[in-house]
Amino acid sequence: MQTRFPNKALPYLLLSPSVIIVILFFVLPSLNSFYLSFFRVSSLGNKRIFIGLQNFTRLIADPTYRNAIIVSVKFAIFVVLSGLSVSLAVAVVANQRFRGFSLYRTLLIWPYALSPAIAGLIWAQMMDPNIGLVSHLLKIFLHFRFNYYTSSRDALGFIAVAASWKMLGYNIIFFLAGLQSLPAELLEAASIDGAGAWRRFWRISFPLLSPTTFFLFIMNTLYAFFQVFGLIHITTEGGPGRATDLLVYKLYRDGFIGLNTGYASAQSIVLLVMVSVLTIMQFRYAGSRVFYR
Amino acid sequence: MNMQPSLPTAPQSQTNWNWNSMRKHVLAPVFSHAVMIVAVLVIMFPMIYAFIIATQTPAQYYQFPPRFLPGSHFVENVRFAWERIHLGRLLLNTSFVALSVALGKIVLSVTAAFAFVYFEFRGKPFFFVLILITHMLPVPVRIVPTFELINSLGWINTYKGLTIPFFASATGVLLFRQLYRTIPPSLADAARIDGAGPLQFLWSIVVPLSRTNMAALFLIEFIYMWNQYLWPLIIANADTTRVVQVGLKQLVDTDAAVDWHFVMAGTLIATIPPLIVLVVLQRSLIEGMSLYEEK
Repeated sequence: MQTRFPNKALPYLLLSPSVIIVILFFVLPSLNSFYLSFFRVSSLGNKRIFIGLQNFTRLIADPTYRNAIIVSVKFAIFVVLSGLSVSLAVAVVANQRFRGFSLYRTLLIWPYALSPAIAGLIWAQMMDPNIGLVSHLLKIFLHFRFNYYTSSRDALGFIAVAASWKMLGYNIIFFLAGLQSLPAELLEAASIDGAGAWRRFWRISFPLLSPTTFFLFIMNTLYAFFQVFGLIHITTEGGPGRATDLLVYKLYRDGFIGLNTGYASAQSIVLLVMVSVLTIMQFRYAGSRVFYR
Repeated sequence: MNMQPSLPTAPQSQTNWNWNSMRKHVLAPVFSHAVMIVAVLVIMFPMIYAFIIATQTPAQYYQFPPRFLPGSHFVENVRFAWERIHLGRLLLNTSFVALSVALGKIVLSVTAAFAFVYFEFRGKPFFFVLILITHMLPVPVRIVPTFELINSLGWINTYKGLTIPFFASATGVLLFRQLYRTIPPSLADAARIDGAGPLQFLWSIVVPLSRTNMAALFLIEFIYMWNQYLWPLIIANADTTRVVQVGLKQLVDTDAAVDWHFVMAGTLIATIPPLIVLVVLQRSLIEGMSLYEEK
């Protein structure tokens, strides 16, 4: 218990800047999103017609919205699953009390400083059908013509690879740190009892590692759904067709290109529900641990 | 593979290379390092290759098979990208935005955390939850009405619109609150006995103790802000306020084939400032976070 100062007004004064900003730019706009989602707003923004739940029923019926959901879910599954499994595999195989952990940490953490848009540009070049190294290699070794400008599947694959590459080092570091904090006696005892490496991993390490895995699962899911707008906007712009039209990108198109404010607000409510569920899970199961964003 | 290196307990056999001991102390660590080095190289390769393209001319990178050696035109490519999208101005704008948001968040979350830990007041849990709620409301979720609000405030294409909505920080409040709970109460008691007011105590004792966490928060928020895309695209896509992420898009938007050498040159330049911040402040992040996790 910390000593308290007796002042009555001072704490409010100290809190007020934060509270004003949160109310003005977070709480009110979110409530306003709810409100707007019940209206059709003219494209000049000067007329609002109350239409009840029509924006939401339209969402259910809209094939382009269904497409955005499918594309986003496919993208997220790829980013989260490939990201977590590859990094867990690397961390497990490398798990040793080796020297130079801090050096590796530096060499792995730096893509954290890159934006998704930058990751997108770098991989757009690596996978370019004309000059990209990856597409060359695919052509030579697999006789596969990779072209994210024309093929829907290739485009989704390209943005997914770019997005998971950026998170790979971050995931490896957290898994390594998690593995190194496991009780060594337990693993040693299991080893003496004749449990092989494979069995030791699945029966002991993996269950004990679940807080780390869960934390990374939430972080990567939030990343895949909410932080990749720049990656899409600077490379595929949702194309070809609507192959990479993720939920955030569709919201931007409907709200700021199509100027369909009410419809975009309804979409943001759906996103709000998704983030809330993920964050509540985070706080409930992982505690109030602070995380790198 | 999962064996932990431990001190050799039994006397070593006469032959120097007892197989078990060798596996434990030589092969396993070598193998681990090999895995880590491969991982590091795989992660680093795209960046290195981006640099190679940034030094070449189209004639060089359209060659087949591709050349893995740097070309001759790095300076020319950077200069072209620099002039074409006014990179200097973009970097200046972005630095200003990222710096002011990082500093603003530090100030606001230090004062808020101080209020939560060192005072008793009505509505404390309510205000705490209110600030935590920002975690649940990332930019895309409230973008439409926030844009309208910024518009009605007349903040479109201004630095106010780019920075002020970001000043509140749940991460920061949590981070500092956790730290302040671990400060020995005797310090505050001593300050009170000496007749120091809370603000004096904040400034002369608490703030200096917060240095590591401030550096950690600065690192997180500077990078977070440097990499913002959606908000600056909608709020401030004008020559005077455009940030570098959004500006790079102009290098890609061409009718003909993309000039990858210019794009990669611009990309590298746009990455340098956050990378420097990361490398310089990395240690504080680890110290600040581990302190936080100890509880």
